Amino acid sequence: MPDGFSQRIIYIIQNYWLSFLKGAGVTMVIAVISTAFGCLIGFAVGIVQSIPINKNEHIVKRILLKTVRFILGAYVEIFRGTPMMVQSMFIYYGIPLIFGIHLEMWPAALIIVSVNTGAYMAETVRGGILSIDKGQTEGAKAIGMTHFQTMVNVILPQALRNIIPQIGNNLIINIKDTCVLSVIGTIELFYTTKGIAGAYYTYFESFTITMVIYFILTFACSRLLRIWENKLEGAETYDLATTDTLAHTSGLAGIPKNLVEEYDNRESL
Amino acid sequence: MDGILKINHLSKSFGTHVVLKDVNFSVNKGDVTCIIGASGSGKSTLLRCINLLETPTAGEILFHEKNILDKSVDVNHYRAQTGMVFQSFNLFNNMTVLKNCTVGPVKVLKNDKKEAQERAMHFLTKVGMAPYINAKPGQLSGGQKQRVAIAKALTMNPEVLLFDEPTSALDPQMVGEVLDVMRTLADEGMTMIVVTHEMAFARDVSNKVVFMADGVINAEGSPGEIFSCEDNHTLKEFLSRFRNS
Repeated sequence: MPDGFSQRIIYIIQNYWLSFLKGAGVTMVIAVISTAFGCLIGFAVGIVQSIPINKNEHIVKRILLKTVRFILGAYVEIFRGTPMMVQSMFIYYGIPLIFGIHLEMWPAALIIVSVNTGAYMAETVRGGILSIDKGQTEGAKAIGMTHFQTMVNVILPQALRNIIPQIGNNLIINIKDTCVLSVIGTIELFYTTKGIAGAYYTYFESFTITMVIYFILTFACSRLLRIWENKLEGAETYDLATTDTLAHTSGLAGIPKNLVEEYDNRESL
Repeated sequence: MDGILKINHLSKSFGTHVVLKDVNFSVNKGDVTCIIGASGSGKSTLLRCINLLETPTAGEILFHEKNILDKSVDVNHYRAQTGMVFQSFNLFNNMTVLKNCTVGPVKVLKNDKKEAQERAMHFLTKVGMAPYINAKPGQLSGGQKQRVAIAKALTMNPEVLLFDEPTSALDPQMVGEVLDVMRTLADEGMTMIVVTHEMAFARDVSNKVVFMADGVINAEGSPGEIFSCEDNHTLKEFLSRFRNS
């Protein structure tokens, strides 16, 4: 083991770069997949929580809806209100006891982080739905859309745009928080680093490297999400649609030619 | 006459606040009915009840003799047949003008996409908005948005078109362009119910005017009867405010 701080860092990188890479890979895979699943859970819960309970609805349907809502509400409160490290222990050791199945490391890790993210995302999605002007829902209702159609076609695409910063936030939190999975033996970046540091008693050096890796991961993700956000914003300009070539060149994408001709030959009001 | 819509003893209250009291009126095919009245008289609520955006407290709404307040009636199916144009446009902000018009026919009526696009282009041309099919609502002026909203409602091929103060949120210069479109529709025989403060439109275009005050229909009749009314004090006072301005 070399003497200087920077030499030791170089030494560790040269010998353990593959372990760091694997650890970072595991961390990213768990964070990304779990954030995605968490979002799905969040969207599903958010949609159900926002179904209006109509007095005219059948009584059985109303009771069912209220029961489902209560269960989902309990899920959100419990998983937001307890530490993920405790949830990890609870799920990893609890599921085999209750259901009698052995839980492998991967499914355990993914379930824990997904379910945790889902609880946070449910509230975010609900907030996103509430942030959309009521007129949008009325406009959709007025043309006969069902609640589900309104959500999928009108409300969620707009809500999604508003909650992307929060999704990004969750992804970054998940990248960092996967390190609590080390308590159930998930070999992610933190667990890997602990092993490397312990081998030569180079805690400071090893964790310096890991700090940098974590930061690169989260910073890159936040930049990528910003790009996605801007993309969803859409173009700021639009093309006028007419075959008059002097007016413009490319506004007719997706419109059948005969329609455009019909428009050009129109009799205006 | 061909009756489309018949409203019997319709009442609506929000909590203890009664907004509509025992409202009765009917609409025949090709009728242009204007509902006028002071703010808070219940005219918008009446229109929203007709499209079931508000659930009436009592009474019935017969659409082709069938009470749509019956639990067995598919509300969405009914709404698809009654177009609604809002004061605040309510175009879908996440879609282009063309998509705004076609999403209803495609998703709700299950029409062929091409057919829906053709119909949308037909109506967008009619309201003079065809060049803007690729624009998003946020990029349009109020008058343009409202004309798109009318085309959007028409693309659903509704039997009756409801207008909830369609020009109240517009600049004076944009009011004209929207009223022109509505006038053309009326001339073509579209059945329309229009809640409006545009007295000239009510007088010239409609064939029936309903005057509401305090949640009841205070007077109804032909535009001639309503606008030259002498013996109804409430109506006279309401109309005088418009004459003076």
